Amino acid sequence: MTLDQIINNLDLEILTAPKEAGEITPTSGYISDMLSCVMTGAKSQSLWITLQSHNNIVAVACLLDVAAIIITEGAKPDEETIKKAAEEGVTLLSTSQNSFYIVGKLWEMGLRD
Amino acid sequence: MRDLDFSDEPPRFKGKVITDQLAGSITRVEELAYIIRIEEVMTKTLITISPDAPMSDVVELLREKRISGVPVVENDELAGLISTEDLIKCLINGELNSPVRKYMTTDLVFLNSFDYLTEAMKTFARTGLGRLPVLDENKKLVGIITKGDITYGFLKALEHDYHEEEVRRYRASHLFEDIESDRTSLILRYVINHYDFMHGGAASSNIKKALLRLGAHPQLARRIGIAVYEAEMNLIIHADHGGSIHVEIEPHQISIYAWDDGPGIEDVKEAMKPGYSTATEEIRELGFGAGMGLFNISRCVDEMKLESEIGKGTQLSMKVYLKDDESVGEGYQSEKE
Repeated sequence: MTLDQIINNLDLEILTAPKEAGEITPTSGYISDMLSCVMTGAKSQSLWITLQSHNNIVAVACLLDVAAIIITEGAKPDEETIKKAAEEGVTLLSTSQNSFYIVGKLWEMGLRD
Repeated sequence: MRDLDFSDEPPRFKGKVITDQLAGSITRVEELAYIIRIEEVMTKTLITISPDAPMSDVVELLREKRISGVPVVENDELAGLISTEDLIKCLINGELNSPVRKYMTTDLVFLNSFDYLTEAMKTFARTGLGRLPVLDENKKLVGIITKGDITYGFLKALEHDYHEEEVRRYRASHLFEDIESDRTSLILRYVINHYDFMHGGAASSNIKKALLRLGAHPQLARRIGIAVYEAEMNLIIHADHGGSIHVEIEPHQISIYAWDDGPGIEDVKEAMKPGYSTATEEIRELGFGAGMGLFNISRCVDEMKLESEIGKGTQLSMKVYLKDDESVGEGYQSEKE
């Protein structure tokens, strides 16, 4: 399942364009709003679902090489954060749905690791 | 490069999905269009023809030189341009003996040698012409430029960029190889300011990048990045006068020191327990203060020492030992990728 399909299926808003979204295949998912937990739990190439939207999520995603961050409940990062994400090559996606719904959908789609 | 086109609109606005990789190269090409001057890519060896020469000479010239157009020069001045298209008109009329003057294009569009490629691209787009004469500041003909010349100029510049990057990467990944000492190391220093959440993660991101450049395995760079991040955020959150991080990189070990003269930790043993945190509600709302920081560090490094004194400050030292095939700056990168 590619990032492209996930974006389309979940109707996610693209804040910073993913590189080669058709070729990225997230291998796992992680949900938390506590950054240190993400540091512990999220694997490389995973999808991180959070409602945090401040600029530190970019640093975390960058260090962990996550495939993309899905920011839930309509939280919008500021311009600076989006700019930084683009610079660092971190894919930011946004949705008005809550984290539970998004994770449920991803599970349905077959992302179960 | 397949998308290098000469329309007035930048390619990215053409309403199609452009992959990041493509966008990256387009951006550089766009940039180059404002850096490279026309004189750098134009053809300088000028083949010209006199307006009084017969059209049959044009046939010979185009065939011999394998070109599709020639500037017409009279008394050292550009008088016109003659191309295959003009030649076809002449052939239709069966007038190969008439002078070039009769068939040449005199409605001249030209470029200035000192202008940037972007001007050339715009002019090609506007006029639909295939080649343009280039004049210098004295209006003297100094060259001719085609779309092909522009594409070739970009390709050469991009190749140059690529080559430079390769050389830089190679040099960095072999940094320690040619330096002789009893013990060589590279020290990176970062100053961390209290409550500077804006730059939170900057030091650790930079350290991770530096390690990758030095040829570190991505797994290793990630591990050290995580450890430094936690230390960095601890300084930002707790060290009321800020602090500093030093990373000493040696081929076979990486030592990280984070220290501050902040409030100190009351019970170091307690602080090491997962879930223990003294962060305020405000900090927790930002997603910090899960009490996992020090525990995370201990998972990522081979050795860790935490010393603290109330009112004096805190010192955290971490060490990661690299196995032979993990060493950095000794040129192992190529084998890993």
